[in-house]
This record gives sequence, C-alpha cells and structure tokens, in this order.
Amino acid sequence: MEQVGAAALPVIVGLIVLFGFFKGVDVFDSFLAGAKEGLHTSMNLLPTLIGLIMAVTMVRASGLLDLLCALAEPLTQAVGVSPELAPLAVLRPISGSGSSAYTLSLLQRFGPDSPTGKIASVLASSTETTFYAVTVYFGACQAKKLRYTIPAALLGDMTAVVLSVLTVRLWG
Amino acid sequence: MINVIWFGMIALSVLCAGANGRLSQLSSGVMEGAGDAVELSLSLLGSMCAWLGFLRIAEDSGLTQLLAKGFSPIIDRLFPDYKDAPELKGKICMNLSANLLGLGNAATPLGLSAMKAMAERAPGSLPTRGMILFVAINTASLQLLPINMAAMRASCGSASPFGILPEIWVSSLGSLVVVVLACKILEKKYFDGVGPWNR
Repeated sequence: MEQVGAAALPVIVGLIVLFGFFKGVDVFDSFLAGAKEGLHTSMNLLPTLIGLIMAVTMVRASGLLDLLCALAEPLTQAVGVSPELAPLAVLRPISGSGSSAYTLSLLQRFGPDSPTGKIASVLASSTETTFYAVTVYFGACQAKKLRYTIPAALLGDMTAVVLSVLTVRLWG
Repeated sequence: MINVIWFGMIALSVLCAGANGRLSQLSSGVMEGAGDAVELSLSLLGSMCAWLGFLRIAEDSGLTQLLAKGFSPIIDRLFPDYKDAPELKGKICMNLSANLLGLGNAATPLGLSAMKAMAERAPGSLPTRGMILFVAINTASLQLLPINMAAMRASCGSASPFGILPEIWVSSLGSLVVVVLACKILEKKYFDGVGPWNR
C-alpha cells in the first residue's frame, strides 16, 4: 500500500509529460507558462494567508481554543468517548498543522489501535482544514461573499465527527 | 461573512488573553503567525508553480479535456452550469483527482486555477453556486489512500496502519454526500435573482 502511495505522484507526472511530448506539445514552454501563473497566484495569496494564519495563531496563543475545547468536553461524556477527542474535533477545521500534531500526541498516548486512537485517525483523515480551504479558495478570486459555504462545510465536518465515532464503534 | 469571522477570531482572542492573563503569549503569537504565513507561502510557492506547470502541459496536450470527458457523467450532474466548458471541467477534474489520490500539495494549486476560471465567467463579489459547491467539496476530504495517516500510525507502532481504511472511506464519503446535498438544497433557498448565479 505504501508503495502505491509513493508511486502515485511520479506516475502522474510521468504520464502528463509523456502524453504532452507525444502530442507534440513544447512541454517545457508549457510548463514555464503554467509555473509563471503559479508565481502570481502565490503572491496574490500571501496577504490572505498572513491574515488567516495570524488570526489562527492568536486564537491558539490566547487560550481561546482551550476554552472552546473545554466547552465541547461535556459532549464527549454524553457520547461515551474519551474527552481528549473533543479538542481534535474543534481543532480540525481551524488548523491543519495543529490538528495533526494533536492527533500524533493522541496516537502516542492511547496507542494507534485503541478505540481512541482509531477514532482520532479516522476523524483526522476524513475532514479537511475547512477554514483554510474556504479562505484560500475565495481569496484567489474576486468573490467576497461566502453565502452558504461555511454552513454547508461545517455540516460536513460534523457528519465526519459523528461517522468516525460510529464506524469505529461498529467495526473497531 | 469572512469579515465577521476574522473580526471575531481577533477580538475574542484579545478579550480571552486579557481575561486569563496570556497577553504576553498573544503578543508574540501575532507576529509569529504572520511570519509563519510567509514561510508557508514560500514552501507552497514551489509546489504551486510545479503543479500549475504540469497542469498547463496537460491542458495543452488535451489530457485534461480527455479526463473531463471521462468524468462528465459525474461532473455535469454536480456542476450543470459548466457543461459547455471542457477546459474548466478539466481543471475541476484535475483537482478532484488530486484530492482522491491524497496529493494535497497538488490539489490546492489545481483547485485555485479552477476557482479563477469559474470566477472569470461571473465577475463581481457574489460567488456562483458552482464556486460554492466546489469549495465545499474541497473542505470535505475524500481520499482513497490516506498515506500520511497510515505513515503516522505506523510510526506510533500500529499493528495495521491501513486497518482503518473502511472507516475513513465511510465517514469521508458520508461527509462529502452531506456537503453536496446541503449545497444543492441551500442553493435553491439562497437564489434571490441577484448577481451571477449559474454562469
């Protein structure tokens, strides 16, 4: 399985370049044209990222995140899972690096094959860093109103939380 | 909305830090966060340029259009407004495939390129239903092989790093279905006849 994963990227890159070459595309010229666009995209994204990551760092440094997690903990008791999972559910949509560091600490503490470790693994990989994706994707275009993006995305995150507990309960 | 969220994050952080005496941590956090963002952008810059370069090769050679044709039964149903735009559909397909294969570094640049192409069709400050659905799909992660998670589990001494695959598939597919349904239901409710909606 690991080999399959490691092979995916080189195979795709090789396929794209080979297909282009045999179709008579000037592959390097095309690559440069695309890469140049990447430069603009990255630079346009920088202010968005600074604003977002600064705010997320502030939320973490101020203890606001700990407060949110503490508020979520009674819920874990109601469901009967370890209270240490609550911070993960709160952290996951907000901070990608933060939640993967926390997942690692949970796996080390409870063991990756314990129920808590399994729920943490499933939860961390079945959702994305919602706020990051929304900010970055909308930051790259002119649209400033989000309409129902956040409610729909958060509904999905909540579904993933519920399903990760349920599936591990059922099959774990 | 994004203004309110950002304001809320900053204002509540300052209040919270003031209340529990963590103002000094907060003050170092502010500049640390800004610096981290620059570091992240620089590390993203390489993969952004590389993947948009490969995307351009795939577009110039007709590979993305081929991909779009293959996936059009799904894509046309999800994004009915882009039936007549093979290039845009190709970008969407490239992003979705990168997500499926767990190539997170590739998914973001490809997705941003698709977003830009969608925004070009509908200038203005209002996103179209297609753009919202596309972003929402990208916030739910459906991946076939969660390599990073398996590696993390293996490093912690798991007996079966991939043992949780079915659970991950079910819960990520479930959340994806909920996200798509929510968008499809909400788009009818929100459509008020203002702005570009289905371009």
